[in-house]
Amino acid sequence: MYVAVKGGEKAIDNAHRLLAEARRGDPETPELTLDQIREQLGLAVDRVMGEGSVYDADLAALAIKQACGDLVEAIFLLRAFRATLPRLAESQPLDTARMTIRRRISATFKDLPGGQVLGPTFDYTHRLLDFDLARPAEAPPGSAQDHGQAPDQPSPKDESMPRVTDLLADQDLIEREVPGDPHGPVADLTREPLAFPAGRDLRLQNLARGDEGFLLALGYSSQRGYGRTHPFAGEIRMGEVAVEIVPEELGFPIVIGEITVTECQMVNQFAGSATVPPRFTRGYGLVFGASERKAMAMALVDRSLRARELGEDIVAPAQDEEFVLYHSDNVEAQGFVQHLKLPHYVDFQGELVLVRGLREEALARRKGAAE
Amino acid sequence: MNAIENTNHGGNGGHGGNGAGGHGGYNFAYLDEQSKRMIRRAILKAVAIPGYQVPFGSREMPLPYGWGTGGIQVTASIIGRDDVLKVIDQGADDTTNAVSIRKFFVRTAGIATTEETGQATIIQTRHRIPEQSLLPGQILVYQVPIPEPLRWLEARETETRKMHGLADYGIMHVKLYEDIAKYGHIETSYDYPVRVNGRYLTAPSPIPKFDNPKMNDMPALQLFGAGREKRIYAIPPHTRVESLDFDDHPFEVQTWSEVCALCGADDTYLDEVIMDDRGTSMFVCSDTAHCAERRAAGHRGPDGDAAPTGLVP
Amino acid sequence: MTVATLEPTERSRRADQDAADAVAAADAGPLLKAAGISHFYGARAGCENVSLELRSGEVLGIVGESGSGKTTLLNCLAARLRPASGQLAYRLTTGRTVDVYGLSEAERRRLTRTDWGFVHQNPRDGLRMAVSAGANVGERLMAVGARHYGDIRDQVTDWLTRVEMDLERMDDLPSTFSGGMQQRVQIARNLVSQPRLVFMDEPTGGLDVSVQARLLDLLRGLTNDLGLAAVIVTHDLAVARLLSHRLMVMRQGRVVEHGLTDQVLDDPQDAYSQLLVSSVLQT
Repeated sequence: MYVAVKGGEKAIDNAHRLLAEARRGDPETPELTLDQIREQLGLAVDRVMGEGSVYDADLAALAIKQACGDLVEAIFLLRAFRATLPRLAESQPLDTARMTIRRRISATFKDLPGGQVLGPTFDYTHRLLDFDLARPAEAPPGSAQDHGQAPDQPSPKDESMPRVTDLLADQDLIEREVPGDPHGPVADLTREPLAFPAGRDLRLQNLARGDEGFLLALGYSSQRGYGRTHPFAGEIRMGEVAVEIVPEELGFPIVIGEITVTECQMVNQFAGSATVPPRFTRGYGLVFGASERKAMAMALVDRSLRARELGEDIVAPAQDEEFVLYHSDNVEAQGFVQHLKLPHYVDFQGELVLVRGLREEALARRKGAAE
Repeated sequence: MNAIENTNHGGNGGHGGNGAGGHGGYNFAYLDEQSKRMIRRAILKAVAIPGYQVPFGSREMPLPYGWGTGGIQVTASIIGRDDVLKVIDQGADDTTNAVSIRKFFVRTAGIATTEETGQATIIQTRHRIPEQSLLPGQILVYQVPIPEPLRWLEARETETRKMHGLADYGIMHVKLYEDIAKYGHIETSYDYPVRVNGRYLTAPSPIPKFDNPKMNDMPALQLFGAGREKRIYAIPPHTRVESLDFDDHPFEVQTWSEVCALCGADDTYLDEVIMDDRGTSMFVCSDTAHCAERRAAGHRGPDGDAAPTGLVP
Repeated sequence: MTVATLEPTERSRRADQDAADAVAAADAGPLLKAAGISHFYGARAGCENVSLELRSGEVLGIVGESGSGKTTLLNCLAARLRPASGQLAYRLTTGRTVDVYGLSEAERRRLTRTDWGFVHQNPRDGLRMAVSAGANVGERLMAVGARHYGDIRDQVTDWLTRVEMDLERMDDLPSTFSGGMQQRVQIARNLVSQPRLVFMDEPTGGLDVSVQARLLDLLRGLTNDLGLAAVIVTHDLAVARLLSHRLMVMRQGRVVEHGLTDQVLDDPQDAYSQLLVSSVLQT
């Protein structure tokens, strides 16, 4: 007895109920609060804010909760929300030289003005599961009982910390970052579709929103010889910077708040050309929150994508602008990969008719040949 | 283009938020009026240059890319309060994705919906063109995954745009030549490329080639939206649409030796339904609304009584 | 373009006509005329202030060591690389002479894919490796509007025969062919549109000596039979002697000597040409 696929509406409602149940898990376990997510899963919140392109830790926490911890799904939720937001003003360029530093390291100079500040990092932890974390701490961290010692660094640092790349630029050892017209338009992928060749503003915006895993793999591939750029981590800094806007009625900048960002400046070899003497070139990464891995990968890929501008041969995926920019966005990628779940009966029927026809012809030919 | 005019009273910012049909906090039909205007400008350009892919600032929609975000944005931009919407996927009104998109518009725009092709002012579709001929004034909105018909032959957008600019389409026939040399006939069965108005090579979206002839000289306006790829294109009413072929290997559509088991139609696109694990199958109309209308008019196929009207499990 | 649908008999008649045209070309003026062509890579000159004329049916060889600028010049002449300065004029089949770099891109593409050909040293640069040999040869016909599969197939067969290809392999991918066979497919792919001018960049480079010799024979036969004008870049003076009527010797981007092939090779005037010729003769 033939039963057609019907009742789609009912099935969808049912699926939503099941999802809500799965999200909640065992009702005996206390429900997560957004405060807990924001405060204790901060790096997940940072990633969702960055790739979701909305700096709002509470909304990111909500998205993570709603997505059952699936970060790409959470990014998608935040992006869709973002698309409906009105655009009230455009900020002034962030001045990361005036960052209130929580972490600042350079791999190129042992010591430098302002010093190296390790800050909160996994870098020198031993990756041993800490079973103490499996039970709730008896006292809040930072109190005297917690391992006996509070961190002694009175953060944040605020003494003068010039950027390493500025120090190199003073000696003309690295290309200067020529700022475009500060009042000129900045490309915006969320309003205009990608067009090629893409300017660096567009590329950087794309990378800042791009999937961390994708950029990590591309950056890694550039280190392994697929378009070598000989990078050094000139400087990585993380901390708070002020966001300023210039309201039309005032005509001068006012601070509307502070955001946490991680900035990475890669310093790369460059052999020079007929017209330009050898000097270092830059790769740049900037992301919301403490997302150092992403910022570094972004800086590597940014430098690779400058191959055309610097007259280098384009031989590797990381240097291929269309390849990188078209495939970096995980909201686009996850949607298109997963749309294969949608019905394709009609197209498949077309292929069935075709393959059956081809087979019949082939069999007839074989039969004809045998006779 | 009734629907485009309709949007004038459908919403101009004033209806935002809690206006009738709006959904808490969102504008009529979800998109803000500025975005809708931007999309309508792209649509107008697309209509003016039939078959040309117009880049547009595709917005992130609350449905995933690949689920029809392009079609949804087009529909959201042209729909007005008086419109009647039909949504189909694979020809059927009741596939999950069609249901989900229809619900989205009911929720965000509060508009009337229908399953009857003749009653709709806007029909959003994925992978099919309704069997019943469309009427002047209707708009067919296609969901498009890959708008570039040359993409499988040339991966680079910079190159394909140049090829379109120069109408340099020889490579497409190379592909068809290759099919004939290899298989004796052209192998493409869906998303079969067309030439629009004798100029632009255009992807009809993954409709079966069975539907290609319906695109030619269609009285309705055809709009195509590709959200992830950020392109809109259009075929105005009564435009020449040719499926590529060779003089001595003319374009042909799929045929079946069976008729629809339910309504007996012998001129529709059929879906094959597997009945058991011994390979028994039956063929039914892919366009469920058309099939239901025929049965309501008394048509019966060989298995017509086995399935009650309504097809409820 | 009607070339695509010409019958074989008509085509050979056209070839006769072309030969007659070549004789009459003395009155019609040069087919290709370059004046003051220069191109630079940064501060280094690729080629500098090169002028030349080519008449119908004439084969010009350009020789020089690698880095002498001969390939840069070839690309400038073949409309593949816009020179920094200089003029390039071409006489169309209609008799009208046009500024090649002044044409629109569409017109230039059409010219380079119908009335011109370009044979690359590496067949991979000149062939679509992912489609069959037959489709490669038929592409130009389809690009200018041929829409009859049977006719296209006939012309492809005809041209693959003329370059002495095994017709059994017509529907195979070029990637399964030897280097010499790939080169034959590339030549057929260019000649199918009946060009009047063909550019060749080391057409026999990278092939075994015996394969080279057979290919050179074929090229010489084809250029003679079809009355093709050609510009051939080679570092191999034996190839130049066999194929070209006239010879240009290049060094560091400049033309140091220019004359009839036999004259240049047997009695070089320039010191560098003398060195080049003697060094070849010694090896």
